[in-house]
Amino acid sequence: METVNIEVNGRSYSNEVEPRLLLVHYLRDTLGLTGTHVGCDTSSCGACTVLLDGISVKSCTVFAAQAGGHAVTTIEGIGNSGALHPMQEAFWAKHGLQCGFCTPGMIVSCIDLLRRNPDPSDAEIRAGIEGNLCRCTGYENIVRAVRAAAAAMKADEPRRSVAELLPVGAS
Amino acid sequence: MNPFRYERAQSGAAAIAAAQHDGDARFVAGGTNILDLMKIHVEAPSLLVDINRLPLSKIELRGDSVHIGALARLNDVAAHPVVRQAFPMVAIALEQSASPQLRNMASMGGNLLQRTRCAYFRDVAAPCNKRAPGSGCGAIGGENRMEAILGTSERCIATHASDVAVPLVALDAVVNVAGPQGSRSIVLSDFYRLPGATPHLETVLVHGELITGLSVPVLPFGARSTYLKVRDRAQYEFALGSAAVALDIEGGTIRQARLALGGVGTVPWRPRAAEHDLTGAPATRTAFEGAAEAALTGARGYGMNDFKIALAKRTLVRALEMVAA
Amino acid sequence: MSQPVLGAPLDRVEGPGKVTGRIAYTADNDIPGMVHAVVVESTIANGRIAAIDESAARSAPGVIAIMTPRNAPRVDARKVDANDSLLFLLQGDAVEFDRQPVAVAIAETFEQATYAARLVRVRYDVRPPTTALASGERFLPDQIFGKPAQHKRGMPEDAFARAAVTLKQTYRTPTEHHNPMETHATIAQWTGDRLTIYDATQWVFGVQHRLAATFGIDPKAIRVVAPFVGGAFGCKGQTWSHVPLAAMAARLAGRPVKLVVTRPQMFGWVGHRPQTEQVVGLGAARDGTLAAVTHDVLSETSMSDEFVEPSVVFSRDLYAVPNYAMSDTLSRLNISKPTYQRGPGESTGSFAMESAMDELSYALGIDPLELRLRNYSANDPDSGKPYSSKRLRECYAAAAAQFGWSARNPKVRSTSRGRMLVGSGMATASRATHRSPCTVRMRMNADGNVLVQCGTIEQGTGTPTVYPQLAAEILEIPPERVRFEFGNTDLPAAPIAAGSQTSGSVGSAVVVAARRMRELLVSHDGKPPADGFEVELEDSPPPEEAEHATQAFGAHFAEVEVDPDLGTVRVTRFVGAFDGGRILNAKTARSQMLGGIVWGISMALFEDTRYDARSGRIMNANLSEYLVPTNADIPDVEVILIAGDDPFANPAGAKGIGEVGICGSAAAVANAVYHATGIRIRDLPITPDKLIR
Repeated sequence: METVNIEVNGRSYSNEVEPRLLLVHYLRDTLGLTGTHVGCDTSSCGACTVLLDGISVKSCTVFAAQAGGHAVTTIEGIGNSGALHPMQEAFWAKHGLQCGFCTPGMIVSCIDLLRRNPDPSDAEIRAGIEGNLCRCTGYENIVRAVRAAAAAMKADEPRRSVAELLPVGAS
Repeated sequence: MNPFRYERAQSGAAAIAAAQHDGDARFVAGGTNILDLMKIHVEAPSLLVDINRLPLSKIELRGDSVHIGALARLNDVAAHPVVRQAFPMVAIALEQSASPQLRNMASMGGNLLQRTRCAYFRDVAAPCNKRAPGSGCGAIGGENRMEAILGTSERCIATHASDVAVPLVALDAVVNVAGPQGSRSIVLSDFYRLPGATPHLETVLVHGELITGLSVPVLPFGARSTYLKVRDRAQYEFALGSAAVALDIEGGTIRQARLALGGVGTVPWRPRAAEHDLTGAPATRTAFEGAAEAALTGARGYGMNDFKIALAKRTLVRALEMVAA
Repeated sequence: MSQPVLGAPLDRVEGPGKVTGRIAYTADNDIPGMVHAVVVESTIANGRIAAIDESAARSAPGVIAIMTPRNAPRVDARKVDANDSLLFLLQGDAVEFDRQPVAVAIAETFEQATYAARLVRVRYDVRPPTTALASGERFLPDQIFGKPAQHKRGMPEDAFARAAVTLKQTYRTPTEHHNPMETHATIAQWTGDRLTIYDATQWVFGVQHRLAATFGIDPKAIRVVAPFVGGAFGCKGQTWSHVPLAAMAARLAGRPVKLVVTRPQMFGWVGHRPQTEQVVGLGAARDGTLAAVTHDVLSETSMSDEFVEPSVVFSRDLYAVPNYAMSDTLSRLNISKPTYQRGPGESTGSFAMESAMDELSYALGIDPLELRLRNYSANDPDSGKPYSSKRLRECYAAAAAQFGWSARNPKVRSTSRGRMLVGSGMATASRATHRSPCTVRMRMNADGNVLVQCGTIEQGTGTPTVYPQLAAEILEIPPERVRFEFGNTDLPAAPIAAGSQTSGSVGSAVVVAARRMRELLVSHDGKPPADGFEVELEDSPPPEEAEHATQAFGAHFAEVEVDPDLGTVRVTRFVGAFDGGRILNAKTARSQMLGGIVWGISMALFEDTRYDARSGRIMNANLSEYLVPTNADIPDVEVILIAGDDPFANPAGAKGIGEVGICGSAAAVANAVYHATGIRIRDLPITPDKLIR
């Protein structure tokens, strides 16, 4: 077993893990952060994308032990003090999602895209998120969402609180 | 995935020593390839030596070479101004590799050692001489649309998967290696081994040797270069064929050419005869087509990949036209 | 009762949960004491298990049990009805397809179970498999969804023989796997003889009944919960083998079990679109009027089941063709059972028929759109019934205008942009709308807030947004005052969320219940009593609905650029206009159409499951080599909704919208490639190797 000291969404954790434990399963099974999804097991789909020290990586392709000493941000840590991040807001408002399974990884990748290029063209958006597959939306609305988020982030628009938003769900 | 030991090396010497004492040890840097292979049981190391803490990430101009540390990440190399200026084809090849998340993790040293995407290599239930020497080649007579047409043998037709190795072979990049017997430098075209009778031996590295970096000689005309990658979908796919081209043209005449082909060879393919043919030739489509014929001399299709012979020629001609324009 | 024909584009109510990762899919659930199961799948496609050595697996750390045919609980794997499938539940040693379940490893952690699965050594007696469509044993199935496998109207042979112009071509579509982004997953927990199942399914009641039959227990003892479903497209419609296997593993382990199907296993036992070989014959007059159409389909099925890809439906039910003949032949192969995939039948059939129509248009020198208009049918040509509504003409006109179709140079290989050849093509979309009985319970509390309960599921289509919106419109209250509870078998029974029938079935039941609720409200002067109102009803299609044929329609226009040297094809523009009857929510509906079009582009250019003919093994069972479009493969797609009332379809007035988008879109791309290059590709996908010959 390895001791892993890791910061996730601003909180410090220390756990004993098997070296073979993938970061994505550490996040999901050990920490209960199930917003990071597993879509392909083979680093092809991007559903498991998280930020490692602020840079997007596929958490199915990193051992938890390797992430020790680093800071991880998952979809649960996107935005702050309970407010939706402009990217989250835009994905919702522009309907950049349907089933929602690819959405957390897609949003994290799009945030990393805007970090590298705060004002991307449509073509740069399409090229910039090549590592995230979506099977429902046809991508069109995802491009619109990224465009809207880029504009909102420039304008620094006020954010809606997550707590205000009605809970819905299957029981 | 099999259980294994994990060690974080604090120095190059410690990494080499750790690996040397365990025949089933592997180094891990970005991990984007070996983790994938461990998940599908193609790799089952007993020890992973994590080399990410080693100070091997620098990218800098040293004399007349650009030095790229083995741990430099693909995205950092692609974005580096020296690389972009000196050899655009290297930056383009990197940008067309994998996806942003993988390029953020993947290291240059690791990319040079990237294993083939051959479906038979990746399926432990299938025969594969590369993975299980002596078991046969499933790709010959099988689903071989993506397989190689150059440098193949009756034992193996697996395509080399790396994009960036293609322009690097054209540039005569040198691989710097440290190992139990000390350090050595190997020109990249000598680094890879053709499959021949021993497809499981892919490079000249011996166990315990660690790539520490690359030295890429600055080519005076390297700025006039491109990398063209042809694939079924627009992005995020391995090549059906690719070409790295750098040309030194003066007054419509080619003074020197550097060429390499990807997606078609069992190793990154340097068609030196074609480079020779182009030297002194006019920069015309006819000359390019002649060079493409020469470049594909000896190419052999295996059925589903027959089209790659024509495609590789056309890819090279197109890349030459793009650079000459 | 002011119901707009184009419902407001309300934001998804579950959107915040989805963008924050807080919504739970099946595999996100954790139950105290839960352990993990991993399926060991066959590596051969035909033969028998000779021996299984599980000793190494059993002694690996954390392993609880290795379930094999030797110790698996005895259950009933047989199908429960004609639509169901034989399941592979470790009840015997026969192997009939690649990646068939042969054992299950159960361990404390996912990592331990995965490793233990790897350690299970299976030795096989291998027999040569058959996976090529041409090589399988051929037969005519007894029936296709209650209809005969061969059917005629008029005198097709005579009409074809006498036609001024005839064309007969063979079109092929490959095996395609659904690959929703969420893989299948099941959590099973026994409490005594009661079973709780979390499952990624399109139909909780289907799972309930299948498991009841499998285990020989009362369906009431089984509670099935479908948390949010991460896409399905048909593959989560059936109860596949891993669902009872999870329950069997839970019984063996005496613990709750989570079983997640891996991506490579998604190419195993969970269904796929079967490959087809379709011969289409068209006989026409010089003016383009069709005199005869023949459509003969050969499609694959598995060794133990008969699944027919009903490709003929498209040619049978669209154009005004007096003489028509069809046949459906099956070829038995060592493959897993094919199943419904988005637009089953019409997606593959439209590729063949609409490619053939395009070929005919060039043969006759008639504009492809004009050729469709000359064969426009006012009634369902096969049954003679009037359509419940049909705004296909409006679809053609709107999409053609938006696309700029009239400016197109009709000559092939006539247009270029730089090095690229540019082509445009069009095709018709058509997809039958089905409807099934559905029960809903609707409660209005004293404060006027409404709860609607129905055991349907959310797979991305907008269920928790759209049905409250529909009820709110009728009750004339803001939609946020209506809450929709769905996704488990405690709720009133809903039909399977498939076959473009949910709007018509669930939507109609909600409409009927809301109307009744409204009457109650009116009779109480607009104020519910202290204990509120409750309405529970089962809504079934009345006999008079069968007097009309209900189909969604559309028109696709695609522009492509083809590199003449390298053979690469990129779709550069796409316009689709659709007649889906009343549109319940403009935002979610538009997205369904977009997604459907992109599935058609994907079918045209990318998707292709590859079998090694020698081993029967699938060689591209992953998302790197089984290609689906990336963002960069998709151009700006414009969707036009031709909304309108449909008083005869169903009480919701809605026709199916989930599938019509894929029907015809692959043909539009193929036709555009022909216009660009002069090369007619009749076997999908259209890849560079086929264009550089």
